[in-house]
Amino acid sequence: SFFPPKLFKRQTLCDMIPLVHSVSVDLNNDASLVIDIPDALCERDKVKFTVHTKTTLSSFQKPEYSVQRQHEDFIWLHDTIVETEEYAGLIIPPAPPKPDFEGPREKMHKLGEGESSMTKEEYAKMKQELEAEYLAVFKKTVQVHEVFLQRLSSHPMFRKDRNFQIFLEYDQDLTVRRKNAKEMFGGFFKNMVKSADEVLISGVKEVDEFFEQEKNFLLDYSSKIKDATAKAEKMTRSHKNVADDYNHISGALNNIAADNNTAFKNMCVLQKVEDRMASDQELKLTELLRYYTRDIQAAKDLLYRRARALADYENSNKALDKARLKGKDVAQAEENQKQCLQKFDKLSESGKKELTSFKARRVVAFRKNLIEMTELEIKHAKNSVSLLQGSIEVLKSN
Amino acid sequence: MSGGCGRNPPPFPDDEDQERAELDTQVLDSDEDDEDDEGEDIFTGARSKAITPTSAPDEGDIFSEEGSYVRSDVHHTTNGLHSDEELDLFTEATVELTLTNTTSQGRREIIGPTVSACNTTHVPNSILKPSIVTKTMEELKEEESGDQFELNIAVTNPEKIGDGMNAYMSYKVSTQTTLPMFLNKTFSVRRRFSDFLGLYEKISAKHSLVVGKEFLMLTLVGKEDSSSAEFVEKRRAALERYLQRVVAHPSLLQDPDVREFLERDELPRAVNTQALSGPGLLKMINRVSDAVNKMTIKINESDNWFESKLQEVENEEQLLRRLHAAVDSLVNHRKELCSNTVVFSKSVAMLGSVEENSALSRALSQLAEVEDKMEQLHQQQAFSDFFILAELLADYVRLLGAVRCCFEQRMKVWQRLQEAQSTLQKKREAEAKLLWANKPEKLQQAKDDINEWESKVSQYERDFERVTCTVRKEVLRFEKEKARDFKQHIVKYLESLLHTQHRLVKCWEAFLPEAKAIA
Repeated sequence: SFFPPKLFKRQTLCDMIPLVHSVSVDLNNDASLVIDIPDALCERDKVKFTVHTKTTLSSFQKPEYSVQRQHEDFIWLHDTIVETEEYAGLIIPPAPPKPDFEGPREKMHKLGEGESSMTKEEYAKMKQELEAEYLAVFKKTVQVHEVFLQRLSSHPMFRKDRNFQIFLEYDQDLTVRRKNAKEMFGGFFKNMVKSADEVLISGVKEVDEFFEQEKNFLLDYSSKIKDATAKAEKMTRSHKNVADDYNHISGALNNIAADNNTAFKNMCVLQKVEDRMASDQELKLTELLRYYTRDIQAAKDLLYRRARALADYENSNKALDKARLKGKDVAQAEENQKQCLQKFDKLSESGKKELTSFKARRVVAFRKNLIEMTELEIKHAKNSVSLLQGSIEVLKSN
Repeated sequence: MSGGCGRNPPPFPDDEDQERAELDTQVLDSDEDDEDDEGEDIFTGARSKAITPTSAPDEGDIFSEEGSYVRSDVHHTTNGLHSDEELDLFTEATVELTLTNTTSQGRREIIGPTVSACNTTHVPNSILKPSIVTKTMEELKEEESGDQFELNIAVTNPEKIGDGMNAYMSYKVSTQTTLPMFLNKTFSVRRRFSDFLGLYEKISAKHSLVVGKEFLMLTLVGKEDSSSAEFVEKRRAALERYLQRVVAHPSLLQDPDVREFLERDELPRAVNTQALSGPGLLKMINRVSDAVNKMTIKINESDNWFESKLQEVENEEQLLRRLHAAVDSLVNHRKELCSNTVVFSKSVAMLGSVEENSALSRALSQLAEVEDKMEQLHQQQAFSDFFILAELLADYVRLLGAVRCCFEQRMKVWQRLQEAQSTLQKKREAEAKLLWANKPEKLQQAKDDINEWESKVSQYERDFERVTCTVRKEVLRFEKEKARDFKQHIVKYLESLLHTQHRLVKCWEAFLPEAKAIA
């Protein structure tokens, strides 16, 4: 296998690309519960994250934990939170996407096939490039899993969640527990959301101005950001291809280092020109868009739940009227209606708060990310400028 | 002027052959200094002119904006020479000796053996020690004078002439020169594609050992959509490179056919070229690359310069092929990047339009504009990738094939010599037999035969030495030219990249305050 088990230390990852949580801000500020993923072990497809917790909360048995978790454990945690009635009025942090090494793996495979047609140096260089790419994918997936946990820990409600605590504390494999939980819940909330939400949200008669606006905005924005994410991904992939081509050119030029051929020596300059980092900056923007596509979906899910609660309330009203007409089970119907109203009001109130802070969070994240990306683009371009000027000077003076 | 050293050693070593095309990159630089301070790439300028074929830049523009090819025989290493200096080429016959290697690259001893080997035409394959020759070169250097001449060629203004079936594209061939052999200093003519082909046909037979006359437009025959702007531009650029290469070669420049091509107002229509169009032409051009793979003759030589040089050439050809494939891929990917960037830009604009936060909305639409500019930059860069790098590599792959062709021709001459020697041997044996068999009546015939073949062997020996000398000289000239060419193009390419990066900095710096203004 091209990718033997590797232990990646956080430090190594830091060296590669600056670790900036640009997608979400203000996490991990509260010292009472601090979570990070200091390293991860990668075996073929499976990634085992080391989740490290430091806490002063009394609800935890120990002040510090270090446990091994797989991606599926994160999904389990996310699902249990989604299905908790109590959190219906909250925006639930989107689940981290599955680690996807398909890209680098496919390239590595192609490289293996083409090995015979290139020199040892070329092959080594390309392998090195691919390993770096692989590392970048790896780093991203660690980051995204980490952010998920940190969103939970920095939220007043989620941080107290019992399952969250289990996730952080339980020193055994969670696989068995996950299976049991699945049997209990059956994941049916999630499935329902997927099929019905657009229709229901747009169909509901909205009395509240705030939610009317939110609904319109989120529906429209959701489709546009999804589109922008897809287009951004395509663009960064193209840019990556261009960078790879320069690597091939460099690789081919490496052969002639020993040659006395002046013409080619001049061309060697090209090796320094296109940096892999060029595409990494665009990745920032793509990451931002990708993350917020998911977050927007989480906000829409909230609207859905509220809409469902509204529908329930309206149904309970109808049921009450019917009961009154028939003169049967009125008290029960009244109680039901009261509860529906309570639930709806609670969701509305909490939802309003969540959506408002979400707006602010989104704008801040976009600002931070756009600024960082722009500054990196400028820095990289300036570096390229001086590199190129130097090379041109050397060539011209010879 | 083919064949270099002639049968009788010339009074001055190689005086006609001394017109080497020395490109002084410094002179080129001084041209470029006149350009826009913004650092506008020469090529960007050229491109915008070419894509609108009906525009007619005036004479001056052609030579400052197109990548004008400056050919100058330079006598000083420090060089701020300008194009308006007069030079009477033919009075400077002795000075021409200094023409080899008087650029800063000139001290390479490689050129040395060329000069001397040709003096000793009766010593097959003799290579004088480099040290001796270098000294000679140094001595010559002391006699430098400060004159130079210049020849710039540009192919521009593709124009469609006629309609329907008989329509053809006509190109303006402009020459700017201080060479006295031309009637004027600046002149232009209109030529069509078949005229270029005709020129090739005329000179290719006369200059069999010259590398650089090759008509390399393999890809431009028939296959592509001949009316697209891109095709026309590719062809225009290729025709220009072709002519520049032709005039860069001292022997070719002296050829009256070449001068006629450049100067004469109306050229008789090259009828043969109709037969050469399409598959016929392809076949002729492909002959170059096909033939050479069958070289199995090994020449028994005292030194293996030719053998190792051939190997070098073959290796280089392979390398260039690989490089060309990589650059080709680069061009395509960059074009993809262009279209993906445009699409992304539109998407970001849409996102910005629905964004409720007004400052963020404005920033997003600014971002869309930045991405639009990115697309333009990528587009220009793709153009440079292709025209500066890819075409250069493609040309040289084929030129190296032509070099191998020269080697092959030398081998054929060697083979002829071998066969003649073998025949001579047989004739001598036959004579011996006759003497022994005592048949005097046939003896005279045998003696005649021997004389005939001795003379042939002698002739072929001289031929072989001559060809050896010519091929060696030609290879060395070619290598020098190649190095210069590559360097020039690499510098140009790097400058195009530099230009792009400069613009990138500007774009993003303009965007930064917008991003910071988000609140």
